[in-house]
Amino acid sequence: MIDLYTEGDPIRDEKAPDGPIAERWDKRRFGAKLVNPANRRKLSVIIVGTGLAGASAAATLGEAGYRVTSFCYQDSPRRAHSIAAQGGINAAKNYRNDGDSIYRLFYDTVKGGDFRSRESNVYRLSQVSVEIIDQCVAQGVPFAREYGGLLDNRSFGGVQVSRTFYARGQTGQQLLIGAYQALERQVAAGTVEMNTRHEMLELIVVDGRARGIIARDMVTGEIETHFADAVVLATGGYGNVFYLSTNAMGCNVTASWRAHRKGALFANPCFTQIHPTCIPVSGDYQSKLTLMSESLRNDGRIWVPKRTGDDRDPRQIPEDERDYYLERIYPSFGNLVPRDIASRAAKNVCDEGRGVGPGGLGVYLDFADAIKRMGRPAVEAKYGNLFDMYQRITGENPYEVPMRIYPAVHYTMGGLWVDYDLQSTIPGLFVTGEANFSDHGANRLGASALMQGLADGYFVLPNTINDYLAAGPFEALDENTPAAKEAAESVRARIDKLLSIKGDRTVDSFHKELGHIMWDYCGMERNEEGLRKAIERIRELRDEFWRNVRVLGTNEELNQALEKAGRVADFLELAELMCVDALHRRESCGGHFRSESQTEDGEALRHDDEFAYVAAWEYTDAGQPPVLHKEALEYEYVEMKQRSYK
Amino acid sequence: MNITLRVWRQKGPDDKGRMVTYQVPDVSPDMSFLEMLDVLNEKLQLEGEEPVAFDHDCREGICGACGVVIDGEAHGPETTTTCQLHMRSFKDGDTITVEPWRAKAFPVIKDLVVDRGAFDRIIQAGGYISAPTGTAPDAHAMPVPKADADRAFDAATCIGCGACVAACPNASGMLFTAAKVTHLGMLPQGQPERQARVIKMVNQHDEEDFGGCTNIGECAAVCPKGIPLDTISQLNRDLLGALASGRTE
Ligand SMILES: Cc1cc2nc3c(=O)[nH]c(=O)nc-3n(C[C@H](O)[C@H](O)[C@H](O)COP(=O)(O)OP(=O)(O)OC[C@H]3O[C@@H](n4cnc5c(N)ncnc54)[C@H](O)[C@@H]3O)c2cc1C
Ligand code: SF4
Ligand code: FES
Repeated sequence: MIDLYTEGDPIRDEKAPDGPIAERWDKRRFGAKLVNPANRRKLSVIIVGTGLAGASAAATLGEAGYRVTSFCYQDSPRRAHSIAAQGGINAAKNYRNDGDSIYRLFYDTVKGGDFRSRESNVYRLSQVSVEIIDQCVAQGVPFAREYGGLLDNRSFGGVQVSRTFYARGQTGQQLLIGAYQALERQVAAGTVEMNTRHEMLELIVVDGRARGIIARDMVTGEIETHFADAVVLATGGYGNVFYLSTNAMGCNVTASWRAHRKGALFANPCFTQIHPTCIPVSGDYQSKLTLMSESLRNDGRIWVPKRTGDDRDPRQIPEDERDYYLERIYPSFGNLVPRDIASRAAKNVCDEGRGVGPGGLGVYLDFADAIKRMGRPAVEAKYGNLFDMYQRITGENPYEVPMRIYPAVHYTMGGLWVDYDLQSTIPGLFVTGEANFSDHGANRLGASALMQGLADGYFVLPNTINDYLAAGPFEALDENTPAAKEAAESVRARIDKLLSIKGDRTVDSFHKELGHIMWDYCGMERNEEGLRKAIERIRELRDEFWRNVRVLGTNEELNQALEKAGRVADFLELAELMCVDALHRRESCGGHFRSESQTEDGEALRHDDEFAYVAAWEYTDAGQPPVLHKEALEYEYVEMKQRSYK
Repeated sequence: MNITLRVWRQKGPDDKGRMVTYQVPDVSPDMSFLEMLDVLNEKLQLEGEEPVAFDHDCREGICGACGVVIDGEAHGPETTTTCQLHMRSFKDGDTITVEPWRAKAFPVIKDLVVDRGAFDRIIQAGGYISAPTGTAPDAHAMPVPKADADRAFDAATCIGCGACVAACPNASGMLFTAAKVTHLGMLPQGQPERQARVIKMVNQHDEEDFGGCTNIGECAAVCPKGIPLDTISQLNRDLLGALASGRTE
């Protein structure tokens, strides 16, 4: 594999404190340098992204007195993709008195991540989770409550305690609106300057420090230079590299990728989460996939016909000709096995030719038994809005006919490498939320991304970035600073290039083709042969893109095709790194399943002796293979075991 | 299905704009309305014509980015967002007219894209509870009666799409404003700022060139999230109460 990458020095998290795990976060906070409130006014921070991770950080740093400049590509910060999260947010409140604790949430998350995350980070996340709920309630987030007026909880994603707080099926929306309102309060107070419809296209690094960004005003096309003492990327995940995913249409890797090209290491890019319960693809015009909340698996039963090619109406298929395969293979967890396992099992039965619906890419999620057991009104009360959404999209009535579901790309555990302070390998560049790689290892548990986004933004970053800013303010810069000038020039040159190719193929046609390659070879199951083929095809496609893409119009206007072209160009580079990462990790763990590494009965097989590390990749010049830096992972508190859900 | 589209094309804020007719063949009833526009845009680009610009992001009816007027109705014939409208709501051979939101407070940027920044400024004026990070008491310190929490939630589901403004003959933004006033006003945490909030938000609403509310109800009829009209009554009661107690801000 020497042709595809080289190995460099190992990397260490220098900021991680030691000592008893429960005291590490206190220790780090105490050790971090503080900034005198009077000096904060003199320090500026750029925050790119206004999802949970970005909006919460902007509001909190604004309140603390720093000068914050925020960016998002949508027309309002309230529309960041966090808005779409449905199920809920975890917190170790133990309001249910069911044996939950900070330690148990920590344990579940490390195990759920299949032992590829850091114990210190995960422990801190669990500690902070408690404060998140308090903060959100104080802001007016209308969580579900019981008749006594106290907060309701549910169990989620196969854990045995009820620690998930929720706001009907719209938890992300309500949490984001809370953070958005706090952000707008700071805009009114003059501590945060908000730039909507602005896309970050380059990072400015001066004397080894992140000092600003180049952003394009998406209405006028103006290429703007913004400086600050520190830059925070809270730009979300890169699932759209697969074209079809549950992400919003605009989700992208550009901000992270540009930072990567400027020296920030990219960690575990191949760790992707594929969610088992999404509405299947209906045709090749399909632009995105819709998630159906995982909570449906609490009462719905998943099955396919026993016989291949059985295309009878599902209601006509008798019980003994149905295969409730999750209940059969995993008798103790049944339909509630973790996401990665449920997804792969669905793929396997479809590969056997037993899939249902158009193209045979679907399995049934059947509520007939639940309706019999609970009565239709109870099912309606619990899942009514999801059933309505399903019916709106598919035109089928799930009370009558079983739903069809299929796995879809949902979340990316990989992201820019950060230390315990959430600082990347470029001093002054911090990364929060889904954009970093930090807390979920090789697989994320349900309701933990919202927790991480808000933990990072409200509580972690505001207590670590001060350690860096205490050395500021740094030297004043202007647009003639060579590094800034060079960054702006490169952005202009790239845009000019995209507009001048005037080829035959639309941006979307390239994006779709890339998505097919990634889904086929770097999706739910990966192997050496396929990944090598994928790398070859991605290179060819990237080459064709730069020769043959058609982007009409000019830069000096709102130009959605141009925006998309820039994002797809970066996906075409990221995709190759994902495949290299997947190829080098010759083990199965969490969402990463290598067909060469499985147990006799087809379960994922980890190789802790060889792969218990974070793979952090360094960009080298175009055409040169990337350099791998390994961060060894050690487990002092949770014993490393193979997961078993049988 | 074969569809004829009449689409508003406008190059920029200063362009006069005009309706242009396009044919979209082979439309599947399972396509969403925006996927049908994607198909049109692919075709236009291959023919050398610039694609039609429209706002969208989540395509699941929750971010509030999408929204166009379809045959005279905000978000089209079903009570849902434009992204969740599917072509099975139309017939083969239909001619469909597509226009941007039309309101003084929402100037057109290009084609079907408008500037809804006025909504953010209404929130800035007072659509929040002042609770700086780190100051919160335990979440169970203040129980909230379930009925109040539910009403707060219902109002809080507003996605800020602007259909209410587009549908209102006065182009009023009162339903949007009232949804936020109701959400925060129903919660105990929202009480200290309740009077100041309603005055500041309504003042900002009026400064933004939205029209006044004359209780026509078109807003609630098109609202994809079912924000009820009685939130506006609640806003009016709060406003009267605040003014009667002598507050101006
Ligand atoms: C359908 C769905 C359901 C989910 N349900 C749950 C759930 O129930 N529980 C849970 O815990 N998690 C859930 N998740 C995951 C979770 O929602 C996300 O991981 C999380 O919200 C990400 O937050 P974020 O702040 O990191 O990024 P985002 O919310 O994606 O925000 C990214 C921000 O960055 C900005 N941005 C991006 N690129 C640029 C650029 N180049 N220039 C300028 N701005 C840029 C965007 O404008 C946006 O403001 C779900 C995810 C999806 C897709
Ligand atoms: S009140 Fe309804 S129509 Fe108006 S912005 Fe909110 S969701 Fe849209
Ligand atoms: S695109 Fe998000 S609501 Fe329609």
